[in-house]
Amino acid sequence: MDLKAGLFYAFSAILLFAAFRVVTARNPVHAALYLVLSFFQAAMIWMLLKAEFLAIVLVLVYVGAVMVLFLFVVMMLDINIDSARQGFWRHFPLAGAVGALIALEMAAVLMGGFRISEEPKAVAVAGQAAGQVSNTRDLGILLYSEYVYPVQIAAVILLVAIIAAIALTLRERKDSKHIGASEQIRVKAGDRLRLVKLDATRPAPPPVADGAPTEEKP
Amino acid sequence: MTLTLGHFLSLGAMLFALSVIGIFLNRKNLIILLMAIELMLLAVNMNFVAFSYYLGDMHGQIFVFFILTVAAAESAIGLAILVQLFRNKSNINVDELNTLKG
Repeated sequence: MDLKAGLFYAFSAILLFAAFRVVTARNPVHAALYLVLSFFQAAMIWMLLKAEFLAIVLVLVYVGAVMVLFLFVVMMLDINIDSARQGFWRHFPLAGAVGALIALEMAAVLMGGFRISEEPKAVAVAGQAAGQVSNTRDLGILLYSEYVYPVQIAAVILLVAIIAAIALTLRERKDSKHIGASEQIRVKAGDRLRLVKLDATRPAPPPVADGAPTEEKP
Repeated sequence: MTLTLGHFLSLGAMLFALSVIGIFLNRKNLIILLMAIELMLLAVNMNFVAFSYYLGDMHGQIFVFFILTVAAAESAIGLAILVQLFRNKSNINVDELNTLKG
């Protein structure tokens, strides 16, 4: 058993433990933190598989962005843990049985069926000599040559996600005094200014009657 | 005992099974459900990366790249919906999400 296998077993043990704690943790914040741990372990395993770029992207994008978003939302919402955990132990035997069945069946088939133990010597890379192959460079070449349209579609998906997230959570304040800029620009002079015809001179008001009582302070 | 492709695929399978268990167990808790979905995607990505390594084909890693993109978009929108839900109902109990039921 070489070093790589030992590392693989260590990483996968921590990964499975963290995944188990994600689904069984009582506190959602702990679940999110264990999910961070499991993403880290998965990134390490991908490093063993020589997928360096994806490992770094997993850490940057998932741990750096998505999990922080998760943590924000978890801490922002006031979750009633007791009602959320209702029926947890009642479902546990069935869920455990189904999960163990899935895992055992798949592991039996996969361990028997895929005994490829060596990586192929000549990695199919366009114009790259074996030995000085950069994973990031290969991915980049493929992404920007063969997968140009999928990359653009992915960009559109991200744009849609941005717009959807903002549109869903944006809340206009009722007491805000802010002015719509377009409305302000569109206004005409006639809307704001009203010309009223007035006489230049006005007839003097009729004089006050003489006998009117005038109040004078002593 | 050297590592074979089967080891990595089995790891992916166990991870997937764990997240299926999580979806069974946490049926009341939307946030944990979203996290379990993320774990499932991670398991699938693990399979893609393992195949990409052992078959010497970079296209598997490209696929993982796109899965990561879609998963990020999905979780962003899902969490936005969750926040909106919490604003309207002041809890995120799955049992009370029956407004669309006839």
